[in-house]
Amino acid sequence: MTFQRVEGTDKGRIVLYSLSTCMWCRMAKNLLRDLGIGYEYIDVDSLKAEEKDEVKKEIKKWNPDGSYPTIIINDKDCVSGFDEAEIREKIK
Amino acid sequence: MSGAADRPEVTPEEVERVFKKLDQEAESAGYHLNPDKEFTLGLIEGMLVNERRYGYWACPCRLASGKKSEDLDIICPCDYRDADLSEYGACFCALYVSQDVVDGTRKVRRIPERRPAEKLSAAAEPPAESPGAQPGEEKPGAPDTAHTENPAGAAPPHPADLRYPVWRCKVCGYLCARDGPPEVCPICKARKERFERFL
Repeated sequence: MTFQRVEGTDKGRIVLYSLSTCMWCRMAKNLLRDLGIGYEYIDVDSLKAEEKDEVKKEIKKWNPDGSYPTIIINDKDCVSGFDEAEIREKIK
Repeated sequence: MSGAADRPEVTPEEVERVFKKLDQEAESAGYHLNPDKEFTLGLIEGMLVNERRYGYWACPCRLASGKKSEDLDIICPCDYRDADLSEYGACFCALYVSQDVVDGTRKVRRIPERRPAEKLSAAAEPPAESPGAQPGEEKPGAPDTAHTENPAGAAPPHPADLRYPVWRCKVCGYLCARDGPPEVCPICKARKERFERFL
């Protein structure tokens, strides 16, 4: 399972779990792009079944709803769902 | 694995066609698609991708299992749409929005997931928040026809007393008394399998 890397300013490890079909996830990607922040993402709906299960478990550790997008910041903070203000605030 | 690779790609024309149909159906039934057309087209494209993948319109903003019986509640329109429209002005993915959002007097923000984390078993059970239990209002002078002896707030008549079973659309709450549910809900267009026996 490989993460897609988007180059940009280093704000630590920013990981976005997304769905390729979801517009809120697309908005999250666009926001990070517009902010010029480097991050990695994975479109969970495009993974194989076993990989999905593994990733779902990881997401649930941070976001019990297991909803998308989920952004994990430096392995210590998380934004569940698309909230522009919260993303801007937490990734400074 | 399904032969998704052999399926034709979703085209902008197909997305536009589905948009027109959904828009017409929504407006005729008192629902509204998100007026941000680019956003709405993106969601419809996502649903059509899911149709190619799974064979049904799984919500584009939720991860489908790929097993229809487990995903029934998140096939668009999902079982949670109407409750989310009432509470947040939009359904979870925001394909559908309420009138005040269309009017621009309310903004759509992040919508929390209403779907139960460990989804209940697929067994058809009567809904927990049964809307059928509303207190009956005694109308003075109402004709005393059969089955009107229920005092206010009493349990609904025993199903055995009904000439027909009553079916409830889990998406929009439409009720009908007939031998079986309709092929398609006349209000929200959800399919037959989204109905449950209500009485």
